[in-house]
Amino acid sequence: MAMSDWKPNIIVFACNWCTYQGADLAGSLRYKYPSSINIIRVPCSGALEAEYIVEALNKGADGVLVGGCHPGDCHYKEGNYKALRRFNLLHKLLEDMGVEPERVRLEWISGSEGKRFAEVMNDFDAVIRKLGPNPRGRNGNA
Amino acid sequence: MPEKVKLAYLLAGGCAGCDMAVVDLSETLLDVLPQLEIVFWAPTVADVKYKDLEAMPDGSIDVGLVAGMVRLSEQEHMVKVMRRKCKTLIALGICASMGGIPGMANMHSKKEIFDTAYFDTFSTDNPEGVVPRTNCLVDGKYELTLPDFYEKVRSVASVVDVDYLTGGCPPHHSFIGAALTAVLEGKLPPRGSWLTGGKAVCDVCKRNPALQGKERELIQDIKRVTDGEPEQDKCLLQEGYICLGPVTQGDCNAQCPNVNMPCRGCGGPIPGVKDFGLRAVSAIAASMTDEKLVDKIDCPAKLFYRYSLPSSILGGKLK
Ligand code: SF4
Ligand code: SF4
Ligand code: SF4
Repeated sequence: MAMSDWKPNIIVFACNWCTYQGADLAGSLRYKYPSSINIIRVPCSGALEAEYIVEALNKGADGVLVGGCHPGDCHYKEGNYKALRRFNLLHKLLEDMGVEPERVRLEWISGSEGKRFAEVMNDFDAVIRKLGPNPRGRNGNA
Repeated sequence: MPEKVKLAYLLAGGCAGCDMAVVDLSETLLDVLPQLEIVFWAPTVADVKYKDLEAMPDGSIDVGLVAGMVRLSEQEHMVKVMRRKCKTLIALGICASMGGIPGMANMHSKKEIFDTAYFDTFSTDNPEGVVPRTNCLVDGKYELTLPDFYEKVRSVASVVDVDYLTGGCPPHHSFIGAALTAVLEGKLPPRGSWLTGGKAVCDVCKRNPALQGKERELIQDIKRVTDGEPEQDKCLLQEGYICLGPVTQGDCNAQCPNVNMPCRGCGGPIPGVKDFGLRAVSAIAASMTDEKLVDKIDCPAKLFYRYSLPSSILGGKLK
């Protein structure tokens, strides 16, 4: 694939109760965000296994973003705190493994933050465009 | 008298610790030995060469044990020969099953490894820049060959389809005994499974708060094993010593925690785990009080993938 044809492939794991609702609101309010963003709805950011994030990177995602409820607002009380601890540890492990830290991100986006959802997606898309394609390629064969 | 069971043993890229563990079977080995005919175990037990094994008919050996990982073309070749010759092939030990300690080399490129081994260390004197090559001509007429050193370490289980896996570094002789007995008596689980109990180290650890009728508390601080002495009978993980017991199979009977050492995961993952290190990340992070404790863990990749890096989803560090 020529570099000029390249478009980032970004996976967003959005929690059902906040970030996914934020994405929905962004849509209804017609805020624009890039077509590189592929949203996968998950029950809670705390339910997201580290395997899913790494598998996405291995299968060719150029960036992975996990979206959860703001601290204190988790539907299951503490799922997002668990997600934060896990994410921090995973982030450090991925850095050890040669994955650029900017490729994985955690954000708190509530159901009323449609505008912020679009802004974060635009920003993440710009960061990933600057980084370029995931060196592991689209099928995990670096 | 029934025919003897033909057994072959190959040490691929291992340290010979697994061989020692088999020898440690002592009496158990003596018990099963009359039923066994060792057709290949070079160079330790039977003086049978590679070419002799290659010449044996395919499928003519009942049970093959392979220890160690695959780094060299020679190891890859021999592991494939073993697969062809043996009806049942067992990956013995965590190197064969998941890559083991030598698999940590996947945090480095072949070039980095060669640079360190042949140039950079303080005591290396190599003015002509000699590095291993796969062939060379001596005296202009003798062609000598060496195996190829691959870019990455792989487990035996990822090079060929093995029938069973066993963890442990080395596997405790009692469970090699149990595995051999299971094979001899034909009492085997479905192909592709671990020949182990499937219980976590925590399940058999006497430090486990649950087994003492107490609640498990969250980790308040991270400690290294050199930071003081852990309290007797208290869970090491709860005390802040990162222990991988929750995600590791405990056929060893929690040997390390019994002597104040946290489990490092040599038993292999508990059932249902795809990536040992990532599952460990989830389990350990979930038992912390505070996300900032993460900063106190040095190089989590080497801690959580100590025995399983080649079998991880990413396989190693990307350069
Ligand atoms: S599993 Fe351990 S004892 Fe066995 S060969 Fe590997 S390093 Fe040696
Ligand atoms: S975490 Fe370690 S010390 Fe604690 S119960 Fe499990 S195996 Fe034992
Ligand atoms: S406690 Fe863990 S590291 Fe120690 S022997 Fe058992 S499985 Fe291996």
